[in-house]
Amino acid sequence: MFRALSAAAVAVMAVAGVAFAAAEAQHPRDGNFSFESPLGGYDMAAVQRGFQVYSQVCSTCHSMDHLAYRHLGERGGPFALYMVRNEETGELEPHVGESAHGGRFVDVTDNPYVRAIAQAVTISDIDPNTGQPVDRPGRISDHFRRPFPNEIAARAANGGGYPPDLSVITAARHGGANYVYSLLTGYTGASEGTLYENHYFPGGRIAMPPPLADGAVPYADGTATTADQYAHDVSTFLQWATDPHMVERKRMGVIVLAFLLVLASLLYLGYKQVWRNESH
Amino acid sequence: MSGPSTYEPKSGFTRWLDKRLPIIRLGYDSFVAYPTPRNLNYWWTFGAMLSLCLIVQIVTGVVLAMHYVPHINLAFSSVQRIDRDVPFGWLIQNIHSVGASMFFLAVYIHMFRGLYYGSYKAPRELLWILGCVIYLLMVGTAFLGYTLPWGQMSFWGATVITNLLGALPVIGESIRNWLMGGFSVDQPTINRFFSLHYLLPFVIAGVVALHVWALHESGQNNPTGVEVKSKADTVPFTPHATMKDLFATTLFIMLFAVFVFYMPDALGHADNYIPANPLQTPPEIVPEWYLLPFYAILRAFDFNIGPIDSKLAGVLAMFAAIGVLFVLPWLDTSKVRSMRYRPAARQFFLVFAVVCFGLGWCGGQNPGNILAKSGDFTATLTWIQGGQVATQPIEAQSAAQWEEAARAAEQGAQGAAMMAVTRSGATTGTLRAVSGGSPQTRTVRAATTDELETEISAVKAEVGSAAPFFTVERYTPFTFTVTRLAQVLTLYYFLFFLIILPLLGLRETPGRVPDTIAKPVGDGQTQGAA
Amino acid sequence: MAGAASSAHEVGETRRDFIFIAGGAVAAVGAAATVWPFIDQMNPAADTRALSTTEVDLTAIEPGQQIKVMWQGKPVFVRHRTPTEVADAQRDDYASLKDPQIDADRIKQEDGQAGRPEWLVLQASCTHLGCIPTFAEGAYHGWFCPCHGSVYDTSGRIRSGPAPKNLYPAPYVFTGANAIRIG
Repeated sequence: MFRALSAAAVAVMAVAGVAFAAAEAQHPRDGNFSFESPLGGYDMAAVQRGFQVYSQVCSTCHSMDHLAYRHLGERGGPFALYMVRNEETGELEPHVGESAHGGRFVDVTDNPYVRAIAQAVTISDIDPNTGQPVDRPGRISDHFRRPFPNEIAARAANGGGYPPDLSVITAARHGGANYVYSLLTGYTGASEGTLYENHYFPGGRIAMPPPLADGAVPYADGTATTADQYAHDVSTFLQWATDPHMVERKRMGVIVLAFLLVLASLLYLGYKQVWRNESH
Repeated sequence: MSGPSTYEPKSGFTRWLDKRLPIIRLGYDSFVAYPTPRNLNYWWTFGAMLSLCLIVQIVTGVVLAMHYVPHINLAFSSVQRIDRDVPFGWLIQNIHSVGASMFFLAVYIHMFRGLYYGSYKAPRELLWILGCVIYLLMVGTAFLGYTLPWGQMSFWGATVITNLLGALPVIGESIRNWLMGGFSVDQPTINRFFSLHYLLPFVIAGVVALHVWALHESGQNNPTGVEVKSKADTVPFTPHATMKDLFATTLFIMLFAVFVFYMPDALGHADNYIPANPLQTPPEIVPEWYLLPFYAILRAFDFNIGPIDSKLAGVLAMFAAIGVLFVLPWLDTSKVRSMRYRPAARQFFLVFAVVCFGLGWCGGQNPGNILAKSGDFTATLTWIQGGQVATQPIEAQSAAQWEEAARAAEQGAQGAAMMAVTRSGATTGTLRAVSGGSPQTRTVRAATTDELETEISAVKAEVGSAAPFFTVERYTPFTFTVTRLAQVLTLYYFLFFLIILPLLGLRETPGRVPDTIAKPVGDGQTQGAA
Repeated sequence: MAGAASSAHEVGETRRDFIFIAGGAVAAVGAAATVWPFIDQMNPAADTRALSTTEVDLTAIEPGQQIKVMWQGKPVFVRHRTPTEVADAQRDDYASLKDPQIDADRIKQEDGQAGRPEWLVLQASCTHLGCIPTFAEGAYHGWFCPCHGSVYDTSGRIRSGPAPKNLYPAPYVFTGANAIRIG
């Protein structure tokens, strides 16, 4: 009797579960990102391209307040510069990203790529001589330029919607990078007033117009310039932005766990040794 | 348990020190020569892990306080700065946030161990109560700490919990405003929460010292629950217990490390990565996992009990759930300490453990979610296809006479196939009556009320203007929601402490309890006793 | 225990000692490695280190004027010296000095290139106990520290008073005809 009842209850719950899933946002599709596996790192070329997509498309509406240009060139950043010795010529040559041959990390203050990226941006500041607002070229210590001075201005310019800050967006959304990737590629084409249908967004309608179109951002490295590729690259970049120390963290974890395993083994032997003549 | 000290200072300096400040003697008697029951199992190693957790939380916390800024506009950014720019800040911040969860994991195992083996019974009542005080302080500290990152969950968690105090009659409102330092959670709140979050761990450390003191006075309980009778029952704490604790603690650190290095956010909530916004509540507010059972008890009360409204009842029940632990030593009437020899109690304990997990599960669910129901939600729509519609105004003398006027109008329209009254003002309205046409009915079914309404709208749209109006009869089946489940589980939680344990101790037939700890293994094998 | 004579016992003891020594050593290494992050976290963070340079526009500073700019959270004097001050500074290059140094060395740029005599960039911190000296006071027409009476000349060299060293030049380079970068 009891068993029959509980079986019925399970059946009802299963049906209820399906019904709820239909009402909620669609489960994000898997972007097969390299960083998802326990030891996986970032595809730094994708992070670089993703930064390009962010700069040319997303940054017109979305801020990234917690990132500074210098972050791009710090250890683990997409434009981190290393001086690597060329095996043939014996000369030291600059190399973007960690090389298999090691190399000496170049401090971000001396990183020409990051300096160029920062200087290409116009930052609003206060003139130190006149005290008046002034536009000046960016410095590496500047945080990413905000598209709007504050939330009110952002809402006013976007029909009442607030484009969220993207600094930690993959941590702030269930599904992380897969969610961002799915959302960016999940537009059905239908729209209703100023809202666009997108089943990955909770509620199914989103105020952001489809941001990515094939060919909108030129890539220098020959990667396909499709909207899907842009979405994948920018999701990788945003994951890096959320969690810039991930590679260092995972590497350290391996060392720490290996160390603890050795320590635990020795302690276990010591424990057995101490108790070998004791009954318990 | 604390017999005469066996410490003998060896060097001139230790003899000199021992006469003036016998601190080495204290350490020696407490952690070296201290006699430990020889039959302790691995459940007894969690005390060591808890000491480690407290130290880790204090050390990482003091370090984080060097970088954290308790200001509503800067708190979130300062945590981001710790994660991004402070050397090893990401590591220390991860250890601190994961550490809170590990601390509670260990404390729950420690408490369940105490419950199972009757470690709260005389002469260890005070030891148990001091433990409950530590737990209560831990809950407070964890809540205060969770506010500090100033994300959405921080802010709304703080708002909800401070509002709990508002449930207290008469003084609740004043206490709430006193605690928040204003009329909402704001700058004064975060500032004082930071101060208190820094203070409480040191209070915990003080109570831990009392806890350990009480432990060394009454001696450790053991899996048989039989008191230590002779030296044959014990081994010296060092190296026997020390080595075992070190080994078990290292395994615990490995679990800790897996979370810190590979799943630092797995135990947190994504919404706390959104900066606090007092204008927008997140779709679901849930506390950290370790408080979910109490959250479920809080929400289980959706009904008023006499003069106590549902909100206050929930708050009281939540505090009572912890409060009942304080009087547990006097609720359990059993003469036998360990449940190893109490087969009936063991069954109830097992159910209790499942109930605690169940409450935790309920706390994380949407309270309205339907777990089981007696049938579908159904609605029967009736309408007239085609037919003539006659509209007749209704006017009553006064609002009180409206019902009368409407009934009179309906009687005047006898013979119509269907009619409907719409009230448009206090004394005015219209009667619409259809005559002729063909009456139709249709019944729709759905799994939820939302879906049912969708179905009803679909039928109405399908029929369209062919029918002037519909009558809809809705049928709601009996539903068993998360809240109902939480009510059942809450009931058992309190029954276990207030009824089952007191009665069971008087009525059960316990198994045979061994005479001494050493006995189960026989006298011949105890030659290694120190 | 120590008096046990049988060799089996000794083998047991050796094995036990090995385990305890190895375990202790591994634990000590672990403890030392754990301590490092907690020490290193107090070092300047990445954002602080990135603010280690300051750009200064020199066009607005007239001869005889100086400005104070912040560099790494500390004040720096950028002084536009008059020909008289330059002449005074160079004249005293080989006078009896507490901390002998010639003016040309004091205005040298960070990259080793010669500076321009009219521009002097000094850390505005008295080498005695860190107060900010005031300009155009004292016998040498340079700086005077109000705290304990140290007197510096127009090259910022210590001439009298308790300070042991000359005012430290700040590391700088010319980034244009009228701009320098400090740090």
